Amino acid sequence: MSAQTATTPRGGRVAPTAGLGNPRNAQRKRAGRILLYAALVVGAIPTVVPFVWLIRSALMTDNQIFIAPPEWIPSPFAWTNFPEALTAQPFLAYFINTMVIEVVVVLGTVLTCSIAAFSFARLRWRGRNLVFGILLTSVMLPYAVTLIPTFVMWRELGALNTIAPLTVPAWFAGAGGGVFNVFLLRQFFLTIPFELDEAAYIDGASPWKVFWTIVLPLSRPALIVVTIFTFIGVWNDFLGPLLYLNDESKYTLALGLASFQSVYTAQWGYLMAASAAVIAPIIALFFFLQRYFIEGVTLTGIKN
Amino acid sequence: MVTRQRLSGQTRLERRWGILMALPAILGFVIFTIGPMLASFFFSLTEWTIGASPKFVGADNYERLVGDELFWKSLSVTTYYTLGSVPLILIVGFFLALLLNQRVRGLSFWRTIYYVPTLVPAIANAILWLWIFNPDFGLLNSALRQGGLPTSQWIYSETAVIPSLVIMSTWGFGNAMVIFLAGLQGVPRHLYEAVSIDGGGTWARFRFVTLPMMTPTIFYNLVVGVIGTFQVFNQAYVMTQGGPNNASLFYIFYLYRTAFTESEMGYASALAWVLFMVIMVVTFLLFQNARRWVYYEMAGAR
Repeated sequence: MSAQTATTPRGGRVAPTAGLGNPRNAQRKRAGRILLYAALVVGAIPTVVPFVWLIRSALMTDNQIFIAPPEWIPSPFAWTNFPEALTAQPFLAYFINTMVIEVVVVLGTVLTCSIAAFSFARLRWRGRNLVFGILLTSVMLPYAVTLIPTFVMWRELGALNTIAPLTVPAWFAGAGGGVFNVFLLRQFFLTIPFELDEAAYIDGASPWKVFWTIVLPLSRPALIVVTIFTFIGVWNDFLGPLLYLNDESKYTLALGLASFQSVYTAQWGYLMAASAAVIAPIIALFFFLQRYFIEGVTLTGIKN
Repeated sequence: MVTRQRLSGQTRLERRWGILMALPAILGFVIFTIGPMLASFFFSLTEWTIGASPKFVGADNYERLVGDELFWKSLSVTTYYTLGSVPLILIVGFFLALLLNQRVRGLSFWRTIYYVPTLVPAIANAILWLWIFNPDFGLLNSALRQGGLPTSQWIYSETAVIPSLVIMSTWGFGNAMVIFLAGLQGVPRHLYEAVSIDGGGTWARFRFVTLPMMTPTIFYNLVVGVIGTFQVFNQAYVMTQGGPNNASLFYIFYLYRTAFTESEMGYASALAWVLFMVIMVVTFLLFQNARRWVYYEMAGAR
């Protein structure tokens, strides 16, 4: 479960003893290394350049943005784009709205999905596999099919323009994308030795206690993956807030940015600054957690 | 006798807790999946504008679909996009996963670099690419002009809009790449050694070990990718509004417009059900086809 397992390459290398003391092989190997790094750098260009373009545009005045041929370095740096763009609309309020939804959704998802996953992985009850199989089919269901009735339901309940439609489903593990998390966590739970449960049951523990004190603490990598996936999902969600939130004071960041875009179509410096500010936190989060992320995805064995 | 009693007590305990703990998932599935699904089917048989009450009209909506030019247009636009986007994402994602599965310096740095585009919120992404595709001042045309190459109208041209959006979608190969990486970690090491002992080189290791062992992962990414791209919405909503001349009228965008702009809930429900059936058929065909090329090391084993 160490970082070692996640990062040790299993393939693409000759066994260490092969070719030792053979200069031609060593040369060939070095050429391979150089080629590898070259490919990594060249491959990174298309992923990085748009970001650089975004950041340089975010720091330019509109006059400079429209110079042809384009320049890469802003002169002068229009730092004021950031405060001006972010106060042109109440982005702070959007941020708080988004974080409230984040907390409620992430908590509900992690809690109810791991409870359900525990049941499907480690408790024996009749019909368990059948029920799980049926749940899994919903992964293939296009969201469009449930979109309209779900909207009508929330409308009938008078919950339009509240965060209920965006948060309540997260507290029911089987709703929408939740099933995927249940699947992921179940895969992980299956790898924890069952002897631990048996020992606890002999000591008189309840299944809840086994879940809470044994399985959950051992599942940190998988829980982190579900947390990150869910967090990013909420941060990026657009259609949900678009359908359910009409009142501008309730907007999320994604929705706020979209409405900002329709107002400031010509002011690219502002637009880029606001976009950069919405992107930055999610990238920072990923950067700090990416080790757990890749490790967790690997350990949960998505491919099965 | 004592152990037996304890065992049966344990079984009863497990059954009770098992069902109790699965309940949120089962309820969620019933309330937010099965219920709406059936309701959606019922709605699709009605004529219904929000505010009025639904009027049962039988298969009228489905008949109307057959003669609806925009329906066919949106279906073909979406298919065209899927055919372009999915293979590209698979190829790029697989290739980069292979690179990142080597022993390279600064591995986590590289993984972050390659994954970052996937993290960009759809809306910020759309704004960024609007700007990249800008025919006058955008990154792409600026670069092409400097290289003395012909430029394009990108998303503002009827013929170029879908290829442009395909290029943009390829930028989001990160999810496929991470899953490929997970798959590569699971390829048994001893198989590579066997090929090396038989005198096979890098290509042989790839061709006879990596590729066959990865087919289940490739298949997974293929299915998830197809289902995902069939449901594209944001690009049409934020970037093109389905234009120019409906050339990017994505299916879900058409559905959204029908339901929430024109308020034709019944007809939009029929659209949703047709999409559901199309995805089911495509998924079924993919699974059928998979038997010919997906390799499972131990069929039947868990």
